[in-house]
Amino acid sequence: MSSIATGQLLDLIYLVATVLFILAIKWLSSPVTARHGVLAGEIAAALAVGATLCNPELVAYKWIIITLIIGAGVGIPLGMVHMTAVPQRTALSHAFGALSAAMIGIAEYYVDVSHLTRFQMAEIGLEVIIGSLTFTGSVIAAGKLQEILPQRPIVYRGQNIVSLTVLGAAFLIAIALVVNPANTVLFPIMVVVALIFGVLLVTPIGGADMPTVISLLNSYAGFSAALLGFVLNSKVLVVAGALDGSSGFILSVIMCKAMNRSFTNVMFGAFGQVQAGVAAAQEARSVRSASPEEAAGILAAASSVFIVPGYGMAVAQAQHKVRELYDVLTKKGVNVRFGIHPVAGRMPGHMNVLLAEADIPYEQLVEMDEVNSDLPQTDVALIIGANDVTNPAARTDAASPIYGMPILEVDKARTVMVIKRGMSPGFAGIDNPLYYLDKTLMLFGDAKVFVGAIIRELAGGGHS
Amino acid sequence: MPADFLSNLYVFILAGFVGFELIKRVSPLLHTPLMSLTNALDAIVVVAAIIIAGRQETPLSTVLGAIAVAASFSNMVGGFLITDRMLRMFKTGKPNKP
Repeated sequence: MSSIATGQLLDLIYLVATVLFILAIKWLSSPVTARHGVLAGEIAAALAVGATLCNPELVAYKWIIITLIIGAGVGIPLGMVHMTAVPQRTALSHAFGALSAAMIGIAEYYVDVSHLTRFQMAEIGLEVIIGSLTFTGSVIAAGKLQEILPQRPIVYRGQNIVSLTVLGAAFLIAIALVVNPANTVLFPIMVVVALIFGVLLVTPIGGADMPTVISLLNSYAGFSAALLGFVLNSKVLVVAGALDGSSGFILSVIMCKAMNRSFTNVMFGAFGQVQAGVAAAQEARSVRSASPEEAAGILAAASSVFIVPGYGMAVAQAQHKVRELYDVLTKKGVNVRFGIHPVAGRMPGHMNVLLAEADIPYEQLVEMDEVNSDLPQTDVALIIGANDVTNPAARTDAASPIYGMPILEVDKARTVMVIKRGMSPGFAGIDNPLYYLDKTLMLFGDAKVFVGAIIRELAGGGHS
Repeated sequence: MPADFLSNLYVFILAGFVGFELIKRVSPLLHTPLMSLTNALDAIVVVAAIIIAGRQETPLSTVLGAIAVAASFSNMVGGFLITDRMLRMFKTGKPNKP
């Protein structure tokens, strides 16, 4: 009698946690209420974990306590990483989420193997396949983002056929297991094949496509947790997994739209390989370059400036210098705003976090549509470490591989300045006609150093 | 088709719709914290991991459960921590405080 009541109490606490999860995401819609969202999530998590620890089914606490301590020991440093490391941390957390979902699915299989129905086997099989491939895929993504692995797409002939064959094999084994759930030899083979597929899935994908891939892996990690909820008949897991999965899915759709590409194109397109030859074939055209003095003069004379940051700003760790530039120019009465392309950087919202870290007020961070409607009335567009997202070929050149991609139309500003290390084409290997326009000035150098030089000119020479 | 499956499917589809409507409204400004927060919420699988690790049915299930507890709890702790750190950085430029 009392154990039934305990079970119902646990379910009620999980229900409260579920409601708090939904509120957490609701409050995240605005920066003003967003931190309440984190608090709601924390309360929900604490309630759910606390209630679970009181579950009478638990017979021993030793390993739970030890692993909770280990988890906290790993999680706290991972929560304290530098903001530039957030993309790889996020990939790693997808890996951990998928790993734990896969581990639980595997454990369930072996515990229940003697009395699994075919239906339960199908649920477990699908759950473990998605969890396993998301685990290795996310580890590879994290490796690429941390630059342990090369960021360039790694491709070979017949790659897609090999990858799809491996995925097909995993599902065939799963089907064989549904026919005979007691086949304990096949189960580990299925897990290994799914793990291999995860590696094959992400290895060919280049750094510039990471925002989509990281969102897609987020979605897979969420759906594997939701599937686990089906396996364990746990509604709180179903809801949390559905929220995480749909969040990742929506972000992937936004990222794909922002690149004018389809999922299949991102996953199987191996972007950038074909176009390298095209870029090399371009004849040498002349560009105009400028010194920090000239750049400072133009900026000081402007009344409105859009700064367009990209992954190059993150690599050069230039966000704090950029903030100084923002301060100096704002003091001079220049209206400085930031134009943020949805796929700038290595994950959704990457640039916003870096600029917020540098204390730039979030009202100054402007989304693409608004940027594009204001650019024609803007004096200067200053591009720092962004390339393809500013490439006018996306509008004008039907032969360009990025044709049709929504871009920040910086070429419509009165003057364009581009801080760039050299004339090498961008990540996708596509030539950028922006650099050859008469209104464009190339500022060659490291982003951090060059912005620093502009600031010195503005501070020293501004009134002379 | 088991009855449990149908009721879970109900919950899944409704939660998916709620998620879609809510997440659509999250400003692109906060897409990175959105991802880290949903990740932390997803780490609720730790409750399942705790049960597996604590029931000690077989040595294998206990080990797998223990790995799952460590992995998901690190996501939970780290996810909330970094989300809050990020959100604290988003400051308004409007001087509404005296």
